[in-house]
Amino acid sequence: MLRLAWRNLKREIFHGEARVLLIALTLAVASVGSVGLFADRVRQGLSQQANVLLGADVLISGDRPLPETFAAEAKKRGLAITNSVRLGSMVSKPNAGAASSPTLTDVKSVSAGYPLRGNIRVSTPEGGEKPIVGQPSAGEVWVDERLAQRLGVKAGEAVQVGASALKVALVFKEEPEVAGSFLTMSPKLLLNEADLAGTQLVQPGTRASWRVHVAGKGSEAYESWAKAALGAGQRLDTVRELRPEVKSTLERAEQFLAMAALLAVILSAVAVALAIRSYLKRELDNAALMRCLGASRAKVWTLFAAQALMLGTCGAILGLLGAYLGQFALAWAMQYLGSLPLPWPGIAPALRAVAVGFVLIFGFALPPLLALANVSPLKVLRRDLGTGTAWGWLSAALAFAALIGLAAWQAGNIKVGTTVLGGALGLLVVSGVVSAGLIALLGRALGSMSPVMRLGLSNLRRRKWSTGLQLACLSLGVMSLFLLTQVSSDLFDAWRKAMPADAPNRFVINLFPDQRAEASKIIAEGTGKTPDLFPMVRARLTAINGTAVNADTYTETRAKRLVDREFNLSMGEKLLAGNTVIDGTWHGTSTVLDQLSLEEGIAAALKTKLGDTLTFDFGGASRTLKITSVRKVEWDSFRVNFFAVTPLKTLDEYPATYITSIRAPKDAQAFTSKLAAQIPNALMIDVGEIVDKVQEIVGQVARALQFVMLFSLAAGLLVLYAAVATTQDERRYDTAVLRVLGAAREQVRKAAMVEFALLGALAGGLGALGATLTGWAIARRVLDVPYAWSASSWVIGVIGAMLGVLIAGWLGMRKSLDASPLQTIRSIS
Amino acid sequence: MTESALLRATALTKTVSTFEHSLTIVNDIHLAIAKGETVAIVGASGSGKTTLLGLLAGLDRPSSGEVYWGEEALSAKDEDQLAAGRAQRIGFIFQSFQLLPALTALENVALPLELSGARDANARASEWLTKVGLGGRVNHMPRQLSGGEQQRVAIARAFVTSPELVFADEPTGNLDSKTGADVVNLMFDLNAQAGTTLVLVTHDLQLAARCARTIKLADGRVC
Repeated sequence: MLRLAWRNLKREIFHGEARVLLIALTLAVASVGSVGLFADRVRQGLSQQANVLLGADVLISGDRPLPETFAAEAKKRGLAITNSVRLGSMVSKPNAGAASSPTLTDVKSVSAGYPLRGNIRVSTPEGGEKPIVGQPSAGEVWVDERLAQRLGVKAGEAVQVGASALKVALVFKEEPEVAGSFLTMSPKLLLNEADLAGTQLVQPGTRASWRVHVAGKGSEAYESWAKAALGAGQRLDTVRELRPEVKSTLERAEQFLAMAALLAVILSAVAVALAIRSYLKRELDNAALMRCLGASRAKVWTLFAAQALMLGTCGAILGLLGAYLGQFALAWAMQYLGSLPLPWPGIAPALRAVAVGFVLIFGFALPPLLALANVSPLKVLRRDLGTGTAWGWLSAALAFAALIGLAAWQAGNIKVGTTVLGGALGLLVVSGVVSAGLIALLGRALGSMSPVMRLGLSNLRRRKWSTGLQLACLSLGVMSLFLLTQVSSDLFDAWRKAMPADAPNRFVINLFPDQRAEASKIIAEGTGKTPDLFPMVRARLTAINGTAVNADTYTETRAKRLVDREFNLSMGEKLLAGNTVIDGTWHGTSTVLDQLSLEEGIAAALKTKLGDTLTFDFGGASRTLKITSVRKVEWDSFRVNFFAVTPLKTLDEYPATYITSIRAPKDAQAFTSKLAAQIPNALMIDVGEIVDKVQEIVGQVARALQFVMLFSLAAGLLVLYAAVATTQDERRYDTAVLRVLGAAREQVRKAAMVEFALLGALAGGLGALGATLTGWAIARRVLDVPYAWSASSWVIGVIGAMLGVLIAGWLGMRKSLDASPLQTIRSIS
Repeated sequence: MTESALLRATALTKTVSTFEHSLTIVNDIHLAIAKGETVAIVGASGSGKTTLLGLLAGLDRPSSGEVYWGEEALSAKDEDQLAAGRAQRIGFIFQSFQLLPALTALENVALPLELSGARDANARASEWLTKVGLGGRVNHMPRQLSGGEQQRVAIARAFVTSPELVFADEPTGNLDSKTGADVVNLMFDLNAQAGTTLVLVTHDLQLAARCARTIKLADGRVC
């Protein structure tokens, strides 16, 4: 039976309807696979870029030396690891007297391989900076420019670190680990791990952080493993959790990719659904004959199940091949457009693509194929008999469920998934209504038309179910193509425009209250803009609604960290730009002091709501604040933002430092040096470079995604062809009868062209409408950017679809026009 | 004859319902066909010939009455038992040939053998194709064969399982008269050689005359 199934299928692939089905499946796997594989590579590439801010992909730290298991597991998974120990200590210049006071320094002992991501950078005499490779050797330290300046040391001189005097081998500008909270305000010193013991800085009870840095392919899986393995006093950080603006940028990029993959699934599903319809017509006759020749239902069932499985396997293999070639093409296009290093893709997207192929076969094709086992053998005598079972609705329901499941799975993002799927379903309903309206309208209008027009349009009316199906599928195809090409690039532009060109790119932090005037002056001189300085007060969250909380109260990592670590609170009257109050009332100039505005993400993580009270410990003094508003914050505006803001004066009694965000001037080096010289404690964090990079890459991705269009275009054309093919037999028969009755070929051709043109124009209009509305919903619901309606989408949509359907239709019917009418009638009847 | 009949029908009736009324296509038919007999069922278009053939071959269920293959009543059998019965005992020849377009001539003839799990399907099919004069065209696809050749393939397929009974539905309906005559000669020759019982549905009285007995239908009744 398997042999028979394979033989049958093989021949039908070469000669029959199975070919369209196989192409549809192959395209489904290829487009989903190539988008998935490419997205995986881009995601990894983007993450690696962002991870430069952390110096690793994953950073595990503990307040005691970490168990060997973290490093061992990483090694087992083939990931790169390096260790460090970080602690705060006073560093001084030996024998310097009063000229150089000991300075609280962020001391870090590092081992070979540090940093795993990014580089340590040194200033060049020309005012630029360059990366350097390696770590301090034993007996040497590397210090940052701020420490060198404060201690007055130069390369070659010694510094006292704990019990050791170590030689300064290098003065660096920046080292990669700048993510993390703003706690790292002290100047930095790196020493070799071999020297740590000699400094005697690590004693029982020392507050130090023992860390394992992990990076490499598969670090995400490692992250999941490590999160579960964390013990008390241990923490895991990734850059996403540490820098909200990076998280937000990466998420938007991923949303674009998710949308592309989802549309590929929808297009392919439509193509498969259409192809299976034609395929079934043929198989129905075959099944009836087999039943007539004595095959049992089980045998027919096995035969078709085997055929479906074989077809799915062929589609998966060919599609996978296409997917790998496709993602290479996309990656090549990316490299051509930009310079993001793209890591090799993981296996998961390929498996996912194969699964999509099988879900399509089993969701769309198998149920009706299996229902063929119930076909009446009498059909061999009476061709007009159907299958005689109610499989139509059942299989439609299963196919629909399969599509929903696939969409939810493929989108990987509930908002993108529901928006796109909602748009697609809405379009199906609208196209159903439009086709019913059209058919009713044609019924009235036909009488007053020319004979050719009448003939063409009455075709649409006569085949009303086919017309409805064709219109729905065609408009869905047009909508998907437009969302992928036009709308996604419109959306991307809208997103870019939402980001001001002069967006701040650096944070200046750790300014003391009495340095505000001086800092403002330096910054205003350097940037031409007087900065807004915001107070920042640190406190530890100790209780919510009077109940004490600690890290163990929460299971979620983010909440654990919030409770574990010090909060940065600010005070202010004005709601900052990019902040929107989504619940409660902004306190403004209220004189009721003990109130608090929380950022929505934090409020959710802490499981708090309006009216709840949070108790903070401000260096020994306890204070309870009531939540009176919850804010949504646009993190990727790169302005200063706070998770918690109180009215002015509320926190006046506690020590505060000040923070601002600036757009660095062109001559950043001179500005930085001046700021460092005048306000040595100030720390500047450059987030602009990395975020610029991420944004630039997202731009490249959006452009590279246009290459996905090649697959989508192929899938779209196949949808078109398959939609036209659903009526091909009827059309061939009608053509033959008309020719027998004396209609000229030209007449028949023109009538068909009228029919195709109307169908195409309607599908184009509906598709453009669907794409515009879905695009608008994505802009509003997902990306939160304004969306500009583009008239060109509509014009291109209508004309493009009309031409497409005309060409596909003409190709489909060319043969029937040339064939002998008698032969056609005989072969069909 | 009734007791030893290979095929028997008693009070066979088939009624179909339309929206407005019900229509009786086959009405109270009694018949018995003996082993080795050749019988033609004739009648005008719409007289119920093809419906009767469908009922006798177990392709359709009657509204009332019974069909017996030997002593076995078809109403007692489920769909799969009927299919198994057809596989073992019955061959078919159709007006529109009904060859699977994706299979070669040889594969089409071997199909019923393969469905019943025979091991020597190809050898037997090849033998029968030679018998019908298509020994040189075994690997041709149906679309590469003429109408007459396609019907020869169908005849080989009908006889390859050595059935007791062959049903032929207008076997010359899609053929010109010369080709039709050749095909009919072949069918009767093979039938005689194999000693098969042949039930032929036709409106061609000349063709019907080749059979030992003719059953005439009008408005669903034997007349």
